[in-house]
Amino acid sequence: MIADIAFYVFAAILLISACMVITARNSVHSVLFLILAFINAAALFVLAGAEFLAMVLVIVYVGAVAVLFLFVVMMLDVDFAALREGFQRYAPLGLTIGFILMVEVGLTVIDWSVASGAHFVRLAPMPAHLSNTAALGDLIYTHYMFAFELVALLLLIAMVGAIVLTHTDRRGPRRQNIETQHERRIDETLTMVTIEFGSGAKRISAQSGKEIG
Amino acid sequence: MSRLDRIARSFLLTEILSGLALTLRYFFKRKATLNYPYEKNAISPRFKGEHALRRYPNGEERCIACKLCEAICPAQAITIEAEPRDDGSRRTTRYDIDMTKCIYCGFCEEACPVDAIVEGPNFEFATETREELLYDKQKLLANGDRWEAELAKRLELDAPYR
Amino acid sequence: MQGGFFATDFGILILTLLKSLALIVPLLIGVAYLTYAERKILAAVQLRRGPNVVGPFGLWQPFADAIKMLFKETIIPDGANRFLFLIAPIITFGLAIIAWAVIPVNDHWAIASINVGLLYLFAISSLGVYGVIIAGWASNSKFAFLGAMRSAAQMVSYEVSIGLVILSVLVCTGSLNLNQIVLAQRTIWFAIPLLPMLVVFFISGLAETNRAPFDLPEGESEIVAGFFVEYSAMSFALFFLGEYANMILMSGMTTILFLGGWLSPIPFAPFTWVPGPIWFILKVVLCLFVFLWVRATLPRFRYDQLMQLGWKVFLPFSLAWLVITASALEIFGWLPHA
Repeated sequence: MIADIAFYVFAAILLISACMVITARNSVHSVLFLILAFINAAALFVLAGAEFLAMVLVIVYVGAVAVLFLFVVMMLDVDFAALREGFQRYAPLGLTIGFILMVEVGLTVIDWSVASGAHFVRLAPMPAHLSNTAALGDLIYTHYMFAFELVALLLLIAMVGAIVLTHTDRRGPRRQNIETQHERRIDETLTMVTIEFGSGAKRISAQSGKEIG
Repeated sequence: MSRLDRIARSFLLTEILSGLALTLRYFFKRKATLNYPYEKNAISPRFKGEHALRRYPNGEERCIACKLCEAICPAQAITIEAEPRDDGSRRTTRYDIDMTKCIYCGFCEEACPVDAIVEGPNFEFATETREELLYDKQKLLANGDRWEAELAKRLELDAPYR
Repeated sequence: MQGGFFATDFGILILTLLKSLALIVPLLIGVAYLTYAERKILAAVQLRRGPNVVGPFGLWQPFADAIKMLFKETIIPDGANRFLFLIAPIITFGLAIIAWAVIPVNDHWAIASINVGLLYLFAISSLGVYGVIIAGWASNSKFAFLGAMRSAAQMVSYEVSIGLVILSVLVCTGSLNLNQIVLAQRTIWFAIPLLPMLVVFFISGLAETNRAPFDLPEGESEIVAGFFVEYSAMSFALFFLGEYANMILMSGMTTILFLGGWLSPIPFAPFTWVPGPIWFILKVVLCLFVFLWVRATLPRFRYDQLMQLGWKVFLPFSLAWLVITASALEIFGWLPHA
């Protein structure tokens, strides 16, 4: 009974906050509602018995992705007046694209056929003797090992690509290089010389102690 | 080799550990601070604390209303008004020090030709209201009477250096 | 306790509430005395005395502070987002408390002994950044915002190495249940074979709780007090309590993952008679002392140094150690089978 009540509460909050994500005027509020939606989705996962997925959802999406998202949105200086200016002009185009997409999705759903083994799989979603985590691991790392590694490789390539695109070797500020700082020895840096009275200052090489000129 | 040595040291956090050892040694050392309200430090005879107006041993007030202290006071904390007294001597009718303005520089003490205004050893005169820190002549004379023994001794100890 | 009232749905709810209360009250007292301990320890290292006026040895000082905080005025700055401004300290404090639900103080003495306990802890600690970031944004103040930005970047960075450290403990135990993790340390504490991981975990924990030498989000000298400049009275107190509760939580995690939880450090007679919770508390206190000791010793990092340490030192190092641990377990056939 308590679980049922909890389900409806979480589901309601999830739906409301999902709607708020797209209707909120302030983009930071949107992201915060998105986070609320994620957390409620995680709670629903827990109720469905998928506690590993719930925790991973919280760790990955709420704990890392959304933080960076929030970070960027907070830093952005969005001019809402300018955004709304173009709304009138682009509304027909946007609506057309939306309609086309909806029709496509609709057509797909109408022509949907369930795979032959799917019904059986749905009846026994998880081996009974294994814990949630172990069952998922078993699937990903043994049965679908190749696909999984391929996806990981794709992500890696995407990451490398992003870094290569944005990384520039900036010359501007001088960076601290701890290695070279540690490499320096006193005898490479400092020479003690006795300067003859009246001869004036001269530049002296740190290595040889000889006059440079 | 020295490079390997350095890398090993930085990975073993030797510098941080030696820092931690140092603070741990200090942790067990004797405290340097006094347990203030119960323990107090000795103070120098030149310590500049709360002001006092002194009297001669016969009870006559020393101040002759020359207003040198008022003139020299950098914070303009001193206000003096003077009139001839019935016996013809020149005395103050008003001698106020605004202790909230005073910077305890001791110039008033230095300027005084008769050692009337002095700064005493007392530094525990905190009050709960601001008004209590606007000292008048009565309060200053009362301070003088209260601290006379110490004040005289301090002047005597400091005399060789003046 | 078999059957009866406490076996019904409602009874379980009441029982859980009672258990939570039994955990939270000592925890809050612990937090209060941690602030006192911090002031005393810092004072001792700096040859000062610390609070010693309120009560014997100043022992009532935390309560005096709490009463002072309660009677002060909560100031909400003009232009601040009221709701978010007030909810941020509650988030910080609440998260620091709810993480304790899965921490076993003794064998099977946890409010919820769930089989993803370790992930739960990790998830909760990764949420901790929101209290800070929301506070910084909602305050509508430059300094608060800068503090929040710093903190967001810092906490996300160090979360990565904490995750890898947790993974290396995980491959040694084969279970995410904290109770199992402690029991897996009956023969040897993980602090010994995984000592470098303990160090990485502890240092990342310092960064995660925004403690010195990684207290840049607060950085008094450059950004006044960072994300909580605008906070006063109870809303400030909640941040303060949250920070200290997080420290206790980090110490609790260190104890469970590396120091053998409630297990006695010396496995024979007179020491095994001491009840588990006592050992647990002693170990947590030891970790907390190190937290404060480090604060008394090390100066604050510069921001680029902080990032360099997190991404260029800790991340590769913990990743390498994870691989080494896993390979060693595989080679010697010590891999646990869940």
